[in-house]
Amino acid sequence: MSMEDQRMTRDSKDLLKVEGLKAYYQMNYFGVQREVRAVDDITMTIRKNEVYGIAGESSSGKTSFIKVLAAAIRPPLRIIAGSVHYDFKSGPIEVTTATPAEIEAVRWRRLSYIMQGSMSVLNPVRRIGKTFEDFARQPLGLSGDAYKQRILGHLDRLKLPADVLAAYPHELSGGMRQRVTIGLATVCHPEFVIADEPTTALDVVVQKEVLALIREIQQEIGSSVVFVTHDMSVHANIADRVGIIYAGRLVEEGPTRQMFFAPKHPYTAHLVASLPRIGDTTQRPALEGRPPSLAEPPSGCRFHPRCPLAVDKCKTDVPPLQTVGPDHRTACWRWQDVKPLVAPQALHGVMA
Amino acid sequence: MSNRLEVRNVSKRFSMGGVLSRRFVNAVDDASFTIDLDRPEIFTIIGESGSGKTTLARMILGLELPSSGEIGFAGKTVSHKVGRAERLDFMAKVQPVFQNPFEAFNPLKRIDRYLESTARRFLKLSERSELDRAMDGALQKVGLSLAEVRGRFPHEMSGGQLQRAAIARALIPNPPLLVADEPVSMVDASLRMSIVNLLRNLRDDLGVSVIYITHDLATAYYISNRLIIMQRGRIVEMGDARTVLDDPEHPYSRLLKASVLSTEDAGAGKLATDPAMVTLANELVGRPGSLQPRPDGRLVRIYEDAR
Repeated sequence: MSMEDQRMTRDSKDLLKVEGLKAYYQMNYFGVQREVRAVDDITMTIRKNEVYGIAGESSSGKTSFIKVLAAAIRPPLRIIAGSVHYDFKSGPIEVTTATPAEIEAVRWRRLSYIMQGSMSVLNPVRRIGKTFEDFARQPLGLSGDAYKQRILGHLDRLKLPADVLAAYPHELSGGMRQRVTIGLATVCHPEFVIADEPTTALDVVVQKEVLALIREIQQEIGSSVVFVTHDMSVHANIADRVGIIYAGRLVEEGPTRQMFFAPKHPYTAHLVASLPRIGDTTQRPALEGRPPSLAEPPSGCRFHPRCPLAVDKCKTDVPPLQTVGPDHRTACWRWQDVKPLVAPQALHGVMA
Repeated sequence: MSNRLEVRNVSKRFSMGGVLSRRFVNAVDDASFTIDLDRPEIFTIIGESGSGKTTLARMILGLELPSSGEIGFAGKTVSHKVGRAERLDFMAKVQPVFQNPFEAFNPLKRIDRYLESTARRFLKLSERSELDRAMDGALQKVGLSLAEVRGRFPHEMSGGQLQRAAIARALIPNPPLLVADEPVSMVDASLRMSIVNLLRNLRDDLGVSVIYITHDLATAYYISNRLIIMQRGRIVEMGDARTVLDDPEHPYSRLLKASVLSTEDAGAGKLATDPAMVTLANELVGRPGSLQPRPDGRLVRIYEDAR
């Protein structure tokens, strides 16, 4: 089955289609031009009702990419080429050409965003109830009792007591605050939610609760979630599919299980193998070198300076993203030689 | 005999609020342990935020004075106010590595200047060639070299390299003990393992003991010899890392282990935490109890009104 056919059969299920997206930071200070290729030719689709995990290290371009998805494109970030096409129930929208009014119409109602630092997202001198009003009153189009019922019902779903509405952000614990920001982002039942490292600042116990909550809400309101984090163990537990971004390019994408147990890109193989496990003290491989600068990315495959499998071809030719299995695509010339670096082990140490 | 770090019944109490509404928080409550520096080990302190793990580390480093109890190093008490010479001598032996390498270095100062001032102060060197040799030696230990680092500013290096440079700086006075407060939590995923492996090599090859502070049970299991688990200022379980983490006994340790995200069933979407475990662990906060030894060598906090 060719790529074209696959796309045809799946068409109705896709919510977002990104094609050949290039977004660069173009700066011109005192006559010196600088170009940072933060997003360089990314093509992907996100289906309805799925959690898509995006992994990448700092300065890999993942934040720039989700800025484009969130339709928050501000100079010096500019779209150079490609399209970002949403197919919302209210009608399709093309982010790269949409007018501010069109984007305003879908923001929060269709397209929503869970932000990272819950302390800096919430206004410290405004009660949570007021913040909810700022966010939700206008897009929901409800007032009086109907609005109140909706908010209370939503808080209940988040397992938050109704009196948080009267609290100030500093009176809540980190986990509760993060739940409030999730609540703000999902109160309008958006079709598409972008979650940018929503659990990075949380403790392990709370992190797991918050992840479970995001998953639960996602299933209840049937939205698609793009979940961005550099922590692969989070992806293992929340994502249906995972995409790996390295130096502005999507290098591999596939079903979560495949990515962990049969990665087809050496970078993914390293990321997965470097996770230590309780009950296992075998030496873990470490990846040497540093992520490349996006201002002067290496030629050919951008991973080649750090890649243990690199051959001469990798230095000159950019590997295309090719399909290597159901839903599984990788951009590596030697994907057939990529083996998992650590053998998957039998389950052990699982606690009741 | 005396070459050890001894933490004896150390507590730290912070007061919060004004005169009328003063409240006290026991950041660290009656912590005791000993690290024998002749047998290098990685000693891990595990805890969530607010567990007092960083306060404990700051007291060991002498950045904070204990409210009660004392900390002894090589037979001398270091936790009360000591003279400048004595303090310098202690600082040369116990060196810190901080969490965020981008904040630990001044962005306007070259990295080699940090290394150089450490070498001047603690090794009392002044000759150019001697300084260079000391700096290069320390950098070699962490897999860098002076040629790579000289003249570079912090922003010119990756997080992993910078954290290595921070460890190299700490190694210049040849300390027997490093105190590393979450050294990998701000480092990128692909570089994290190289730092963790480096700490392991320091112990195995150079005989440096490390107090490794973290909230990540998986890396703790991977590198540590012994560990303590702290809950709201109290040590709840202490012992050999493998013994404790393979089968934690205290309800809070069990909860922590159950909350570790496993990758073994990747894609299955298992995220449920048993709420009974959370309640059980939280109920124990503030109840009177004491650490009791167990046959396998670990210490577990047992509460007076037995469950």
